[in-house]
Amino acid sequence: MSLTPDDVKRIARLARIEIDDAQAQATQARLNSIFDLIASMQAVNTDGIAPMAHAQEVTQRLRDDAVTETDRHAAFQAVAPAVENGLYLVPKVIE
Amino acid sequence: MKWETVIGLEVHTQLATKSKIFSGSSTAFGAAPNTQASAVDIALPGVLPVLNKGAVECAIRFGLAIGATLNRVNVFDRKNYFYPDLPKGYQISQLAKPIVEGGALTIAVDGEEKTIHLTRAHMEEDAGKSLHEDFHGMTGIDLNRAGTPLLEIVSEPEMRSSAEAVAYARALHTLVTWIGICDGNMQEGSFRVDANVSVRPVGQAEFGTRREIKNLNSFKFLQQAIDYEVRWQIETLEDGGRIEQATVLFDPDTGETRMMRSKEDAHDYRYFPDPDLLPVKLDDAWIESVRAVLPELPAAMQAHFQRDYGVSAYDAAVLTGSRALADYFEAVAKTCGQGKLAANWVMGELAAALNKAELDIGQSPVSAARLGALIARIQDGTLSGKLARQVFEGLWEGAGEVDAIIEARGLKQMSDSGELEKIIDEVLAANQKSVEEFRSGKDKAFNALIGQVMKASRGKANPAQVNTLLKAKLQN
Repeated sequence: MSLTPDDVKRIARLARIEIDDAQAQATQARLNSIFDLIASMQAVNTDGIAPMAHAQEVTQRLRDDAVTETDRHAAFQAVAPAVENGLYLVPKVIE
Repeated sequence: MKWETVIGLEVHTQLATKSKIFSGSSTAFGAAPNTQASAVDIALPGVLPVLNKGAVECAIRFGLAIGATLNRVNVFDRKNYFYPDLPKGYQISQLAKPIVEGGALTIAVDGEEKTIHLTRAHMEEDAGKSLHEDFHGMTGIDLNRAGTPLLEIVSEPEMRSSAEAVAYARALHTLVTWIGICDGNMQEGSFRVDANVSVRPVGQAEFGTRREIKNLNSFKFLQQAIDYEVRWQIETLEDGGRIEQATVLFDPDTGETRMMRSKEDAHDYRYFPDPDLLPVKLDDAWIESVRAVLPELPAAMQAHFQRDYGVSAYDAAVLTGSRALADYFEAVAKTCGQGKLAANWVMGELAAALNKAELDIGQSPVSAARLGALIARIQDGTLSGKLARQVFEGLWEGAGEVDAIIEARGLKQMSDSGELEKIIDEVLAANQKSVEEFRSGKDKAFNALIGQVMKASRGKANPAQVNTLLKAKLQN
């Protein structure tokens, strides 16, 4: 599989990354080399092998349902660019 | 052309856990902004999610309750999109291997039963809240809700009217609150419904193009939104237009739906398995331990009420509207041994009083034990229906036990026939005109005499006894 410049731009837009044409071209070459690696992995015969959801054959550890966190919003908000009434402020978004 | 409506629902239920799905923050509603948002919830770099066992258990309960398949190994995926109230840039959800698949719910519309199949139910985290009031032209973000555990329950597109959709949503609401996995509070967003709606000519096999109505938070809005949407789609098609796949919002003020986003700018979520979380394994011992504490479900309880307490199918359905109501009714019926009478009192006098006072059954000032004791006093002839209502008022006001109220207020039904005969004689003597009318064949006069006797006894006479004695006297 190989990516077109349009694919690269679309991926960049989905990731909210701004790139110009020169960067798109450079990125296209690098992404394609990653896809080459994937292609060689996909060439391996995996018939009869159940797909894994994780690289390790282990299962999720669970925690008991208990409240263990305390209110630390003052510390977290000390490094936020804009805060008011306990809210994080961000550029206006209306869908 | 005749059109058929096709509806499938996606319901987001907030799971009733104390802590969030991937962190130890509280899920309590209404806290000051961001005071329940930990480093995991606000997505600080380097943090890792740890799955809440309680949330998984809720999903298992649900799967068992609807007779679904529980995936012994289920997997969390990342659903990628950008929005400020989703600070990680992805929502942790389940796509390819959800915890619950299949299952069904039975609904009833106009006495007709119908089975609605479920596609799946998967665990995921809720996002935070965006507040669009004016903060100097900016948006305020509260992440208290971020990471609250949700079970998204998806039905097959098997509903054919807004009434069926509402019946399904109600049945689901009853079930999730019944099994204790969701508090069901729709105002607080604990139970949010998205409706996928399409229309097609009757007889056509393929589905029409659907539009999804997002975030309906009441059954009334669900009905109104679907009815409007169906009319709009049919009119559009009949006017030669086409339906574009889209997401729409319902405006309760206008009763209309309007487009939020079209398919063109639909999200590309780029799902992939979340490398921060391992597959979740459910073993038989765990599943069986959850099954062991599952309460009797609404459908089973309806059958049991009809069988053991002799109530009608309709009454059984009403009485199993919530687990609290069903438990209350059963306690009353057990105390008094009179199922039908218990049903009448719970659905009649008690429901009316609760309704008037805007209380729910859990807040009833009259306990099930006392209502049962009251009904037992009707059954043994101590109280007439009318006197019983007076005693009920006493119970409602908190005047104590049933027998104490009867005693204190002198509400005992007259059982001494000598005393009653005396009253009847007096009434007959004072109402010679009615007596003559009765003897000349006017049956109405008899009822007037009964009324007079009841009045003279101040309501304490046993109406059946009055009837017998009066008849005997008049025929002499």
